[in-house]
Amino acid sequence: MNALAGTFVVLGFLFFIGTTLGLLRFPDFYSRMHASGKGDTIGAIFMLLGLALHNLSPFSWSGVFVSLKIVLILIFLFLANPTATHAIIDAGYETGVKPWTREDTP
Amino acid sequence: MRYVFTFILMYGFWVLLSGKFDTFHLALGFLSSLLVSFISSDLLFADTRVGGRMRELIRFIAFIPWILKEIFLAATHVALIALEPNMATLEPRLVRFRTRLKREISKVVFANAITLTPGTITIRISGDEFIVHALTRKTAGSLPGEMEERIGRIFGEF
Repeated sequence: MNALAGTFVVLGFLFFIGTTLGLLRFPDFYSRMHASGKGDTIGAIFMLLGLALHNLSPFSWSGVFVSLKIVLILIFLFLANPTATHAIIDAGYETGVKPWTREDTP
Repeated sequence: MRYVFTFILMYGFWVLLSGKFDTFHLALGFLSSLLVSFISSDLLFADTRVGGRMRELIRFIAFIPWILKEIFLAATHVALIALEPNMATLEPRLVRFRTRLKREISKVVFANAITLTPGTITIRISGDEFIVHALTRKTAGSLPGEMEERIGRIFGEF
C-alpha cells in the first residue's frame, strides 16, 4: 500500500516538474496557461490520491474520514481549476492578447 | 423530493466533516441539515425532475474513468513537449467550431472537460460557437470529436 502511495506521489511530482518547465519555456501567454493551469490538475490528482492512500495504511476509521476529505478537495480542484484557467485566459482574449503561432499554421 | 435529496447530501457532508458519532453532534447536524434543506434546496436542484437527474448522474459517474484516462494521456503529451529540446511539435492555434449540444448543462460540462484535458483550453462560448486554444496539431485535431459524442449521450441529447 505504501509503495503504491509513494508511486502516486512521485508521479504527481514528475508532472509538476513537466508543467513548471512548460511554464518557463512556452512562447506566449496562452500556451503558458496550458502548462500552469492544467498540469497542476493531473499533478494534484496523483499527489492527493497518493496521500489519501498513505493515510489509510495503518487502518483506522478516523483515517478513512481524513482520506474522504482529501477526495473532497480533489473534487473541488476538478471544478475550480478549469474555471480559474478559463477566467484568466478569457480575460487575456478580451484584452486582445495575440496568440503566438508558427508561420505556416493557418 | 428535492428537499429529501438536499437533506441527505447535507447530512452526509456534515457526518463526513465532523467525524463524530455521539448523539449531540448527530442531532445538531440533523437540525442544521433540516434547516438548510428547507431554506435553500432550490439552489442545489433548480429542476424538480429528480428521476431523470438520477439517470444523468449515473451516466456521468460512468464517464469519469474515461475522462481521467484522457487527462492522463494528454498531460503526458504536454509534459513531453515541454521536455523537447526545441519544442518542434508545439504549434499553438485557435480553433473555432460549432457544437451540436443544445442544453446549458452539457455545454458547461463539455467546456470544462476541454479545459481539463491538457493541450486545449476553452476561451469562450458564444451561442453554439466554441473558441478553443489548442497547443499542438494533434490536440487541435481531437476537437470536438468523441468527447462531445459522449457528453451528448450522458445528457440524453443524441
